[in-house]
Formats: sequence, C-alpha cells, structure tokens
Amino acid sequence: MATSGPEKVSWVRIRLWRAVLLGAFLLLWEMATRRGWVDPFFVSQPTVLAAQIFDWIRTGFILRHLFVTMQETIIGFLLGTLLGVAVGFTFARWQTLAHIFDPLMVALNAMPRVVLAPLFILWFGLGLLSKVVMVVSLVFFVVFFSTYTGIREVDRDLVNNARILGANPRHMIRHVLLPSALTWIFSSLRTSVGFALIGAVVGEYLGSHEGMGYVISYAESMFNATGVLAGLLVLMAAVIAIDVALKRLDARFSYWKPVPK
Amino acid sequence: MTRDDRRGSIKLEWVTQRFALPREGREFTAVQDVSFDVGSGEFVSIVGPSGCGKSTLLSLVAGLAPVTEGRISLDGQPVDGVNPRLGFVFQRDAIFPWKTVAQNVGLPLLFRGIDAGAARPRVAEWIARIGLTGFEGYHPHQLSGGMRKRVALAMTMVYDPEIVLMDEPFGALDVQTRNLMENDLLEIWAQLRRTVVFVTHDLEEAIALSDRIVVMSASPGRVKAIYPITLPRPRSVTEIRFHPDFGRLYETIWKDLKDEVRIGYERTRKGLVG
Repeated sequence: MATSGPEKVSWVRIRLWRAVLLGAFLLLWEMATRRGWVDPFFVSQPTVLAAQIFDWIRTGFILRHLFVTMQETIIGFLLGTLLGVAVGFTFARWQTLAHIFDPLMVALNAMPRVVLAPLFILWFGLGLLSKVVMVVSLVFFVVFFSTYTGIREVDRDLVNNARILGANPRHMIRHVLLPSALTWIFSSLRTSVGFALIGAVVGEYLGSHEGMGYVISYAESMFNATGVLAGLLVLMAAVIAIDVALKRLDARFSYWKPVPK
Repeated sequence: MTRDDRRGSIKLEWVTQRFALPREGREFTAVQDVSFDVGSGEFVSIVGPSGCGKSTLLSLVAGLAPVTEGRISLDGQPVDGVNPRLGFVFQRDAIFPWKTVAQNVGLPLLFRGIDAGAARPRVAEWIARIGLTGFEGYHPHQLSGGMRKRVALAMTMVYDPEIVLMDEPFGALDVQTRNLMENDLLEIWAQLRRTVVFVTHDLEEAIALSDRIVVMSASPGRVKAIYPITLPRPRSVTEIRFHPDFGRLYETIWKDLKDEVRIGYERTRKGLVG
C-alpha cells in the first residue's frame, strides 16, 4: 500500500519528523511553565511528570495499581468475548431468537455505560466485580455484533459447497461458520480490548480504592495536575503496549486471507 | 469399472421454479416446464442467455432448493435434499480460504467420516492429478485463479461422485488457462465416465466439451432445443475447433441462441430480470 501511493513514503523522514515535533512540544511546554507564561499548577511540567512517573515505578506504587486495572481488563475482556461469541452464534443460528431480542440488544447497546457505572458499583461493590461487569458490558456488544455479522455474512457458496460435500451441522459450525466468524472477531479485537481498558478505568474512577482510575481520581481530588497527567501517560503507554502485542498476535493468526472475488 | 454403469442418470420432468419477489409483491419465474434427460456417463451442457435460469436448474438438481413444480429424479429416485452421490463445481471458487490445498481436497472425505490414514493417499493422488504437488500446504489466497479452480475440481472428484454439476466453472479464467482446464476435465471425464452437467454461456466451450447441448430460452428459461454433438472423441478443445463439423454446429445452434441472447440482454438492460 505504502509504495503504491502517488508519493513515496520515507519512513526515516516520518520518524524524524515525529521526534522533532514531540521534542518541540515538550520543550515549549517546559519553557512556558518555567518562564511563567502558564501556571504549572494547572498543566504540570514535563520534567516534573517524568520525575513523578520514575518515582512511581521505583516505589512499585504504580505497578500495583496497573496490575489491578489489567486484572479487571483481562478478566472482563475474556468473559465478555466468551459471552459475545456464544450469544452472537446462537442468534445467528436461530433467527427467531435474534428477531425477538433485536430491540433489546439495540437498546442495551445504546445505553451509555459510563452512566451505568455508578449502578454497577452500587450493585457489585467497590471491588473487582463491579469493574469486571462494566468491562463485560462494553466488550460483549462489540464481540456479539461482529460474531453475529461474521456468521450471517458467511459466503453462501461456501455453505452450499459444504452441504454438497457432505457436511453435517457440526461440521458446518466447526469448518465453515466459526472460521468465517473468527476473521470478524479478530478484526474487532483491537477495538474491544480498548473498550475493556476504558471500562475498567472508568469503573475505578467512579468508585474504587485501587487501580489506575483510582490513582487519577485521587490526584484530581487533590488538585494535583501532575498526578492526573502522569496517570494518563502510564495508561497511554499500557494501551500502546497492548496494541502492539495485539498487532503481532493478529499477524500470527491471520495466516489466511479471503480469496479475492 | 467396478460400478453399475447405469448409475448417474438424471431426469427432469416439467420443472418450474418460481421465486417470490416480496418487495415488488410478485413472483418471478426462473425456469418453466423444463424437461430433459441426461444419461449415465453423458456430458451435457446447458447454454442460454444470462438470467435464463441455467444456474437455478443446477441448484435444483443438486437439491439445494426444492422444486416449485415438476419432478427431478436421479436414477429414478426423486431429488429430496442434497445428495451425497453428487458433486458441484461452483462458478466462483467455493474453496475454503482458511484451509490449505490438502485440507480442502480432503474435506469431503473428512465429512464422510473416512479416517485420515485412508484419506491421505486419495488426497495425494488428486493433488498430483491436478498438478499441484508441492502446493499442499498453500492457502487459497496464495494460488492463482486457475490453481484454485483445480483445487475445487479435485475437491469434487476426490469422493468420486456419480454426477458432477458444473456452473460456469471456468468463466473467470483467462482463455489459455481455461483451455488447459477444459482439456483436463475431458481427460478426467474420459477416464471416470461420470455424468456431467455443464452450465456455460460460451457456445464454443459447450460444443467442444459435450455429447449434447440443451439450449435455453431467455427468462423464464425453457428448453428451446437439444442438439447432439457428434464430433469425434477423444477431443482436444483447442483442436476440435478446426474440425469441419464444428463451424456448422456452431452456426446452427447460434441461430437458435442469438435471438434469446438479444432478448435476455434487452431485459437485463431494463432491469426486468431478478
């Protein structure tokens, strides 16, 4: 793709530009706060932020909270995915069920989960469970819709061919429907992992005594801009790390591609 | 040949197929009152303009959809659902993109509960036969269109169906690949003598391959005429075109076909064909 464009893309140059822009931004920020153009009380300072993050890592403080958040994210993500695949699959196979529940699914998905979080906390407490429920409520719908579409959109010729080749219903699921849905599920994986992390952090932010959301919320209540920004930066790094890992995973699993039609 | 030679005959009696067009609130008749027989081991082509119901007819014979009116029987048994004695090569290559060449070719054997040990030599034999030895571990997206078509053919032939239905199987291939595949098909057919029903819109292809040609009218598809093709066998599709009878046959059948093609084209242009 990169080479077929009208202009040849030089990655060395792009990386250089990115570094230059980032450096300039940090420099400007540092200068603006040191010279008193803006109050570091509101926007903190790059050097102070770096020191704060370094300190967090040195004391192990941030690792503990990051671990809690990751735990909620992963448990919620796995449960949500499992549930989404199961329900998506069931609905795709039994259309009547899908039609009955269609308005409910649409309505539930339309509900802003962030606003629901306080209810989850009320029902399931301040601990792990309420966050996991929050994550599941977000991940479930992404996976559900992609599984459902994946199975509904399976190539009719492939299904017919499998029938003629002698597939029984179990064969059909194992060799045709699931592999077809898997591509859709994988393509939504990065979205749903992002949602999972957001769910966990928002849950923690609104009511918890540990986790990254709690760290940010606590710093906020102390009017500690450095704490808030440092927490956000750590989260950002975590998301990027997960995304890179998922990209690698995706490349490993998509050993096949749909055949061009 | 170890098998009863009379098996693999097809009989169509007054077959009519209608589809409901719910949005327009009317019915669309795809094929109407189609009757013809195909003998065991015979190679019959169905030609007709696009939208004449050729493909519909094949899917009815395959049992993929029930017939609205009339009767289709295989060896005297009415078609009732998908028949495991039958093979189908689709217009688009309906091979499984998540499976390798060997897995694709072996799939019908797996579906039939044949254990891997017994399946392996048969799969290897057919992969060799279609000239894809060495490509066993490739996935379809790594193959050319012609190679994918070969895989589809091997996948159908590996379980030795008595009847092979082919729906414009080589339509998407370039002319050279197509001629090679047609010759391969003729060779396989000459060896195994299975019944073949071959749908195409290419009259030359139909004449070069078939024992008989069924010409269909524009929609609703009816049988307009049936022509026996008496050209000598074995044939090579590239050379048979120079046979003195070929041009004569082409001219006769084309006279029948061209009006239908024109009618079909006009209708498609007006969007009357569903």
